[in-house]
Amino acid sequence: MEIVKPLTQYLAVMLLSPLLPGVINRVKAFFGGRRGQPLLQLYFDLYKLFLKTPVYSRTTTWVFKAGPVVGVSALVAALAVLPFAGRPSFLTFEGDFIFLLYLLGLARFVTVLAALDTGSAFEGMGASREMQFAVFAEPAFFLGLAALARVTGQSSLAGMFGALTGDIWRTAAPVLALLTASLLIVLLAENSRVPADDPNTHLELTMIHEVMVLDHSGPELAYILYGAALKLWLFGSLIACMVLPRHSGSWALNSALFILMMLGMAVAVGVLESIIARLRLTKVPYLLITAFAFSALALIFQMGR
Amino acid sequence: MKVGHLSSFDFGSADLDSSIFFETAASRLGSGGRALAYFAVPEGKAHRLVMAVGFDREGRVEVYSTLVHGPFKALTPSFPQLHLFEREIFEQAGLKPEGHPWLKPIRFNTPGAEPGIADYFTVHGSQVHEVAVGPVHAGVIEPGHFRFQCHGERVFHLEIMLGYQHRGLEKRFIGGPDGRSIHYAETLAGDTAIGHGWAYCGAVEALCGVNVPPRAQILRGIMLELERLANHTGDLGAMAGDVAYLPAASFCGRLRGDFLNMSALVCGSRFGRNMLKPGGVNFDLDSALMQELKLRLENASRDVGNAVSLLWETASVTDRFEGTGVVSKQVAEGLGLVGPTARASGVGLDTRRNFSSGPYEGFTLSVSGSGDVYSRAYVRWLEIQKSSELIGGWLNALPAGPVEAECGGLKPDSAAVSLVEGWRGQICHFALTGSDGKLRYYKIVDPSFHNWQALAMALRGGEISDFPLCNKSFNLSYCGRDL
Repeated sequence: MEIVKPLTQYLAVMLLSPLLPGVINRVKAFFGGRRGQPLLQLYFDLYKLFLKTPVYSRTTTWVFKAGPVVGVSALVAALAVLPFAGRPSFLTFEGDFIFLLYLLGLARFVTVLAALDTGSAFEGMGASREMQFAVFAEPAFFLGLAALARVTGQSSLAGMFGALTGDIWRTAAPVLALLTASLLIVLLAENSRVPADDPNTHLELTMIHEVMVLDHSGPELAYILYGAALKLWLFGSLIACMVLPRHSGSWALNSALFILMMLGMAVAVGVLESIIARLRLTKVPYLLITAFAFSALALIFQMGR
Repeated sequence: MKVGHLSSFDFGSADLDSSIFFETAASRLGSGGRALAYFAVPEGKAHRLVMAVGFDREGRVEVYSTLVHGPFKALTPSFPQLHLFEREIFEQAGLKPEGHPWLKPIRFNTPGAEPGIADYFTVHGSQVHEVAVGPVHAGVIEPGHFRFQCHGERVFHLEIMLGYQHRGLEKRFIGGPDGRSIHYAETLAGDTAIGHGWAYCGAVEALCGVNVPPRAQILRGIMLELERLANHTGDLGAMAGDVAYLPAASFCGRLRGDFLNMSALVCGSRFGRNMLKPGGVNFDLDSALMQELKLRLENASRDVGNAVSLLWETASVTDRFEGTGVVSKQVAEGLGLVGPTARASGVGLDTRRNFSSGPYEGFTLSVSGSGDVYSRAYVRWLEIQKSSELIGGWLNALPAGPVEAECGGLKPDSAAVSLVEGWRGQICHFALTGSDGKLRYYKIVDPSFHNWQALAMALRGGEISDFPLCNKSFNLSYCGRDL
């Protein structure tokens, strides 16, 4: 088994992820008639935060400190099964998409625990919202991957996305289109983007994800920001693999195309965020139920094919 | 007794016997009257209660007063619009309104009082929780403490505790007017410099018996409407920002600056400071400046139209605005709300129309709504259009003549009520002179004083995540209320 290519891919993801929020911000700034912050702002922020000393509230325990570290570790581990341009990464085994789901679940769980550990009313509220929406988002994601497994006849992530070709799109277009839509909704909700959440607001009472991490500072905040960038890459790359089945035989060309596609995804998310307002909080579950319905329909169509 | 708005009257003739005072007040408030101001003036060892009642439909003002030596009868149980006035009298004069449901401090300006330290409403139950916000907030805004009693995301009750911004401004006017008085008036609420400045000038001019030249009146009108344009535009942008609707938020933010810059073009201050003085205005317009203003107004109005129409055309925005934070007409009338907030709930009160004077003779603008965030936003949009139409008309037909008149001394033992429709709503200044012709007492009622309670009512039964949006749709002043 060769090691150079998976290692290059892995490092590329680790290095390029923080670029995505930068692209989204620039697109949003463009729509707002502003120039916006530098593309590399998140890199600067991470560097700055790593140099800082964290501040801890007296009411917090080790749970609060463990949250960000376990959370970012879970996401870094999840990258090991994440295909890159339809090619496998380090790890691939039968049913590894369930492993991925559990790692994401673990990251969410420790973030929520850390939030509850502060004892703050705001953070408790955020934790409650996060868990409430996860109840809808996780089944939609799971069912979507299950449907894809059914379409491709594979049960590992790399297998599924590796087996996707232009031919499958030609024969199973409705199923794949539904899955893409479902994944896109899940991406927006899981990464606290508009219309599910507003990553730019400073208003504690309306936040979901941001309010859970209000009390973190220094390197731990950096882990959280970095983890969020990895998560965005993770969901984005699944969609990119989906809509960009491999064409050329060259690894380098495929990879370059894939990275371009990821940047395109970020632009699309930025445009979407610019032209719609945020949903009322009680309506977010409807959005996620729609994603679930798309996944379920895709599975039903596939079973009946 | 009946008095004219913006004209002085002999204060002694407003005196009533104590029992008749409360009877008259109750009957007037029960028959379409609205309390403009209700306060206690020290008189020897006793206090004199003074109430100004406005009849919006007839555009009439009545003032009554009575001497009280101790506790007096609270009218709040029958007329909730007085609840804050009576708490204020209790806090400032120590006179107890008997029968008032809860005499919580409102400005914490008595010896030993600490802002925010008071009894709060509490709700008990296994799943009820309390969320406290402020007085230090995440944004650069004024301090205020908000307590929500919640059940999950639902709000049972919101309690608003202010008083952190109290500066003791009313006392600064006593013994005046002097050179500083107008500047104190301009800083009563920083974004309403023209509104409060005009109300102060109106009170002083009424007591001097001076007539402001027409050109100065129109110049004041231009400045007041520019202030309204800037703030309404900024508010619409802020509301768009709260629902994460980027384009309207960014453009309205910039356009607010354009309107502020037009104010700066006239008087050198973006907020209209130092524009007004008793008797007239400090700055005149020449023809070049008028052309420039016309051009800028035209451009800015067109751009605002484009930016704001995005709000009504975007389904996700209207979905967010509609049905959020409803203040019913009944609540609005019961609490004596003023300004765009009241109009959005269907109350037909606009000082420019109901108590029209100066440049606003013949003013008409009918707006109404169902009391939700959408109505409050849309009313602002209608007022933006009207304001730019007014300014355009005034710039085309500015009468010639002087821009100021000489103010003499103030009439002794007199009083005057001055009402101005600031951008947040009706501003009421009540000036009272002593036998020496100096100001003996000066009472200021900012629109926010009435309207803060409406925000609490809007949140009842609503969602806690809607609070920031509701709050922006009112955009009330902390320092205007705390004085």
